Amino acid sequence: MPSQHAKDYWKSNLRIVLSLLSIWFFISFGCGILFVDALDTIRFGGFKLGFWIAQQGSIFVFVILTLVYIYLMDKLDQRYAAAIDKDNNASAGESK
Amino acid sequence: MSVQLWTYIFVFLSFGLYIGIAIWSRADSTDEFYVAGGGVPPLANGLATAADWMSAASFISMTGLISFLGRDGAFYLMGWTGGYVLLALLLAPYLRKFGKFTVPDFIGDRYYSRTARLVAVFCAIVVSFVYVCGQMQGAGIVFSRFLEVDITTGVIIGMAIVFFYAVLGGMKGITYTQVAQYCVLIFAFMVPAIFISILMTGQAIPQVGFGSELTEAFGGGYLLDRLDGLGQDLGFAAYTEGQRSTQDVFFITAALMFGTAGLPHVIIRFFTVPNVRDARKSAGYALVFIAILYTTAPAVAAFARTNLINTVSNAQYTEMPEWFSKWEKTNLIVFEDKNNDGLIQYVGDPDANELSVNRDIMVLANPEIAGLPNWVVALVAAGALAAALSTAAGLLLVISTSVAHDLLKRTFMPSISDKQELRYARISIFFAVLVAGYFGINPPAYVAQVVAFAFGLAAASFFPAIVLGIFHKRMNKEGAITGMVVGFSFTAAYIIYFRFLNPSADNAENWLFGISPEGIGTMGTILNLVSAYGVSMFTKDAPMEVQEIVENIRLPGEVKTIAS
Repeated sequence: MPSQHAKDYWKSNLRIVLSLLSIWFFISFGCGILFVDALDTIRFGGFKLGFWIAQQGSIFVFVILTLVYIYLMDKLDQRYAAAIDKDNNASAGESK
Repeated sequence: MSVQLWTYIFVFLSFGLYIGIAIWSRADSTDEFYVAGGGVPPLANGLATAADWMSAASFISMTGLISFLGRDGAFYLMGWTGGYVLLALLLAPYLRKFGKFTVPDFIGDRYYSRTARLVAVFCAIVVSFVYVCGQMQGAGIVFSRFLEVDITTGVIIGMAIVFFYAVLGGMKGITYTQVAQYCVLIFAFMVPAIFISILMTGQAIPQVGFGSELTEAFGGGYLLDRLDGLGQDLGFAAYTEGQRSTQDVFFITAALMFGTAGLPHVIIRFFTVPNVRDARKSAGYALVFIAILYTTAPAVAAFARTNLINTVSNAQYTEMPEWFSKWEKTNLIVFEDKNNDGLIQYVGDPDANELSVNRDIMVLANPEIAGLPNWVVALVAAGALAAALSTAAGLLLVISTSVAHDLLKRTFMPSISDKQELRYARISIFFAVLVAGYFGINPPAYVAQVVAFAFGLAAASFFPAIVLGIFHKRMNKEGAITGMVVGFSFTAAYIIYFRFLNPSADNAENWLFGISPEGIGTMGTILNLVSAYGVSMFTKDAPMEVQEIVENIRLPGEVKTIAS
């Protein structure tokens, strides 16, 4: 059975992934496809907003999401790695 | 110097570089041949992944397709980058932790079943072959136009080069040639883009030029407004407005995203880095490198479209520049003077339109249409070849590992030695090259369209099986196999029916829920998920030891390779 630390780690991991993926969905499928016509009524410079998100903006957001994921997971790993290692060693000791 | 001379110089230099790298990085063991010994630094893997990923379809075809599709072209842009987010967040780290060589390896071990492995091998080989055909076709177009050899000779030269470094170096050789190929292709894509952006808008950054005003020489006004106007005057749809139905765009985008995340040749790249943290990092690097090209492409598409209309519309046929007649020779531009007035009528109405332009030539012809220097024109040819060959090599490796490792070593001939397995891997690359070459010479459709089908199939077969394998630990073999078979057959049948058996019915009225064959992979993915989940509810849970393996790949820390 996974230890409490391992469970907490997995839960935090899922929370990070789910929140980043909801932004991912909102920007690409939401702003870039479903609401694109509504957003097209807003203009900045030579762009209509919906068109810009569909063809360029979404890609910038994807890059940022991936970089944020790397940063958050590194932090999460650091916080849990030692504790989980200890749990594993302890349970390995018990089973001997 | 002429374009042709410059092209020979660039192509010769870049091919020399690839061969040099291949000799330097020869593979001696299956470990090196399949996953480059698992020792590729994340930055190098990011570059290699980007080159592996960006194929002839991204480099040659996509920009051209966008420039004819207008806003709807966004499904290529978002689909082929957004899928990377899925890959980075849902697959790459866990698959690395699992620590295997191939995707069928993961499927076979996670679902403790030889049948599952064989189904996965079959899907991997079909997907990779469909995809590799597109690459060879792209290489053929470049050779025939720029080196002015015929397509067959062009494809054979391309195959010989790929064969040489894939067979010699395996994954190790492929990885380091891909690093070089990324540099060649991104340079070749960006230089003309920057030139044209400065020429047309005075902005050095194409992404900014995209939303800027045109210079006096091009008539002023915002580029996109001008393009909308030009298009409408000639009876085409407005560039910044969508033509396809919302649900179709939605489904195509999703199919390309799930497909990206399920493509075996991209996934195996994450087996080559030392650990989980590096797998995450290299996925990040890869997306950054890919985004450079993908955010430039829509700008180039708009520039190219404007330029093309300005140059050809109502122009004297006899006064067309040299590039026009050269492309006419390859039959990729066709002019038919229907009303015999000697002018080119390029209009939206198919009865009056006299000019047809193959989408695949837009990127290649763009520098010439804009009148850029000869060396820039030649550079694009070298870049396109780098893009086609790097992806072809990655795909051929998947085919060879699927045959040598999954089919022979892990299924039918478990007793063969490492050396023998390596020999089989090299022999299977040889046959894969021959088959790919055949399809390169006798291609079925536009490069990007062929490739889009590979995505649909990858989406409907692998993506759900892998995601469920990681995130649903009780998922069992019965569910996974049913899911893959259902998803793959449904998607393949739909595409084959509309594209090959009954092409006349291929329109929105006959499509299921208005979803085109390009987007049907999403439906396949959903069917796969639902049937896998449904079947798993009524069959035994995955055995405890498998569930423990899944627990283990979810934990942080170093890779512990599981004994097979």
